[in-house]
Amino acid sequence: MVSGQIPVEEYDTGNTRHKWDVNKLIRAHRVVAEYAYKKGEIQKGFANRTLYINLSNNEIKEKQVTDEMKKLFTGGRGFGLKLLWDSIKPTTRWNSPENELLITTGPLCGTTQYPGSGKSLCLGISPSTDIICDSNVGGFFGPYLKFTGFDAIEIQGKAKHDVVILIDGEKGKVVVETAPLEETNSHLANEQLTYMYAKEDSDKSRQLISVVSAGKAAEHSYWGCMNFSFYDIRRKVCRMKQAGRGGLGTILRDKKIKAIVAKVEKFTGVSNNPADPNKIAEVGTKLHREIRDLDRYQCNMRVVGTSHLVEIMDQYDLLPCENYRFGSFPKASKIYSPKFYELFTKIIPDGCWHGCTMACAKTVDGFEVMTGPYKGQKVTVDGPEYETLGCASNMSLWEPREVLEFNFYCDTYGIDTISAGTAIAYYMEMYEYGILNQKRCDGLELCFGNFEAVMGFLHRMAEGDKGEFITIAAKGIRRVKNWIKEKGWGDQYLIEECGMESKGLEYSEYVTKESLAMQGGYGLTLKGPQHDEAWLIFMDMVNNQIPTFEDKAEALHYFPMWRTWFGLNGLCKLPWNDIEPANNAETKEPAKVPEHVQNYVDYQNAMTGWNVDKNGLILQSERCYNWQRAMNVFMGRGRRKDDWIPYRSMGPVTEVEYMSRKDRYDKQLVEKIGLNQNDVEKMSVSEKIKTLYNWKQDQYQKLADAVYYRRGWTPNGVPTPQKMKKLGFSDKKMLDMLEKVIDEDTKKGLNHWCGKYGKGEKPPSIDPKYWEKW
Amino acid sequence: MIIVNSNNIDFVENETVSGLLKRMKYVFPNVVVKINGRLVKRTDFADTIIPDKSEVSVIHMISGG
Ligand code: SF4
Repeated sequence: MVSGQIPVEEYDTGNTRHKWDVNKLIRAHRVVAEYAYKKGEIQKGFANRTLYINLSNNEIKEKQVTDEMKKLFTGGRGFGLKLLWDSIKPTTRWNSPENELLITTGPLCGTTQYPGSGKSLCLGISPSTDIICDSNVGGFFGPYLKFTGFDAIEIQGKAKHDVVILIDGEKGKVVVETAPLEETNSHLANEQLTYMYAKEDSDKSRQLISVVSAGKAAEHSYWGCMNFSFYDIRRKVCRMKQAGRGGLGTILRDKKIKAIVAKVEKFTGVSNNPADPNKIAEVGTKLHREIRDLDRYQCNMRVVGTSHLVEIMDQYDLLPCENYRFGSFPKASKIYSPKFYELFTKIIPDGCWHGCTMACAKTVDGFEVMTGPYKGQKVTVDGPEYETLGCASNMSLWEPREVLEFNFYCDTYGIDTISAGTAIAYYMEMYEYGILNQKRCDGLELCFGNFEAVMGFLHRMAEGDKGEFITIAAKGIRRVKNWIKEKGWGDQYLIEECGMESKGLEYSEYVTKESLAMQGGYGLTLKGPQHDEAWLIFMDMVNNQIPTFEDKAEALHYFPMWRTWFGLNGLCKLPWNDIEPANNAETKEPAKVPEHVQNYVDYQNAMTGWNVDKNGLILQSERCYNWQRAMNVFMGRGRRKDDWIPYRSMGPVTEVEYMSRKDRYDKQLVEKIGLNQNDVEKMSVSEKIKTLYNWKQDQYQKLADAVYYRRGWTPNGVPTPQKMKKLGFSDKKMLDMLEKVIDEDTKKGLNHWCGKYGKGEKPPSIDPKYWEKW
Repeated sequence: MIIVNSNNIDFVENETVSGLLKRMKYVFPNVVVKINGRLVKRTDFADTIIPDKSEVSVIHMISGG
């Protein structure tokens, strides 16, 4: 036990205790489908089968994982893509019965010796984007799913009534049963089901259960997240982590799944049966020591989690404030990490899976809820993480308790904090301009900083309020933009360019105006603007390390491929670069953290018995990355027009924004665009904005040209069949589809580079159909 | 004049690496500093003086996300 740590028996969160009549809940269950399976052993990280459940016809079966599947798709998210490809049509939408909800693991998932090895990767066709969304999440479910005997669970169809799916690894049984009486909101549903399915009334038994659920608001919104529980033996609380992005919780509830429960008999540090357990212990121990010794001098994740980023982003003008208009704010210090350090429960290891020394999953225990149905009750709030704090600054909420309240309700209602926070910030800006007002917002006074209105919106969304605004606003920025435009309520330019969404998904919480590479990191992506593909702001804007389009394109190739790799294996990305070895600075490419990359090479080889090098890891990702883009194309998307980003992410949309950073933008007009200083002084602000707008739009198109070329895609952003074959794919349906789409694009005149190349500049290739000469 | 991450910055006599980081508001802890291509250890930031006309790179490691 760490010195000063509170003994397990003595610890009390002070939370409100609930008494559940679990027997009454169980008696109301009716078995809808049941399937007995043979328990098996994990071999070198793989269970070698996936679980398929169809809730429409109650079919349950196993699917074998072949060596070919491992070779082409590695595991985790890659398996999810393959299973989706076999199941969906171009017309499949989020609420089509054939849409699937997938939770996948990966060969390294469930290891306890290497930090950050408990992640699940979830996929489905998103309500927000109509394409595949992938979302990674901690908690115990992923590892437990594998230990029950499956590398992934694939759920198709829709149940008639609310159901719970139990995967019972103890008995070797999968059961789908109606669950009419259980709570829907996650902090309670997870607790009820954990107590219900635990073998004995003990903390140890409860720890062997993990629940996936989504709350009431997920039923009425496109922002539904899935909450993955993990029973915290010290706090005696079912805590939860979120698969937040893309509305996967909305799909869960649309399928009438109240919860999915995984139950394991036991597990050990070597339940994955690695090929070389000693090697894993060796690399794991090295990283544990590094985190223990160095974290306090680096990111301090063990103490304050990712909240430490607030003060950094504020100082670098990157913290989104008032809907990304500004990158810093005078009140921002009110939500700096020390404020939350005061509230976080201390001296308790806070990993979201066993063995994560990074332990960044902080909580506030005994938080007294201030509004809504749980007002006055005391609860554990998981977080806030940086992204939720960025939402607060975006909405101009500066009181830590208000942030905690927003965090708690978003979680238990099953709402992605990022999507909700970014969208509400946009609605607030529209409110400020009079494009929205109290009447148009169903009585909500949604101005910046109005905490009551924010909470009112969340509660009414959870209640299923049928107000016109609440209904449409719960579906996100893209739908609200269309709605406002249809109503004819305001300036199209403001409505379109201020709303921070791309592909229909809301942005995560970084200001990207001064980093072209990061604009690409958000726009030239598979699922939409989430920073998990690339985070290049420092490299680009601060370090000036990637000045040319080719440099940026290289970074937008390497980093998305590298980061994709974590999701193929069931890993958390944070222990890769939120801690670095003491001698990292002396290496040739410190940004890649080469020693950690080598750890991952050793780790995967030691688990699977494969023999890959660091390029082999990138190749694994490149296959899946291209496959997912090709699937976007299959769904009618995945072209240049779909990689559009709002101008708010590139530069100043409004005069207020321009004037707030006038020197910076005036300088850009002179130094970047080549205008004369005297001419700039004579220009009106709106002329300056327009000039900058045209230049920045062209920069983005040139970046897209360079990135598509580097990735081996057509100028319209489509992976070429030649590229797919190079990656080892021979799936005829996929290759023919790509060929056909490229021909159609050419006929429509879409296969040309789109940057305006002046003197001394040239496009990535003279022949836009460069791949034909490969 | 010194160059910091490709930008021209005023030279300040007797300025240490720590002083420069403060002046540039580079508060991020995970930085690699090189003066004219030579690595400066983090433990030496407070004692290393930056000569005039130096080319300084302050490489911020990627974090977040
Ligand atoms: S680093 Fe944080 S988020 Fe990642 S596995 Fe560890 S505790 Fe969970």
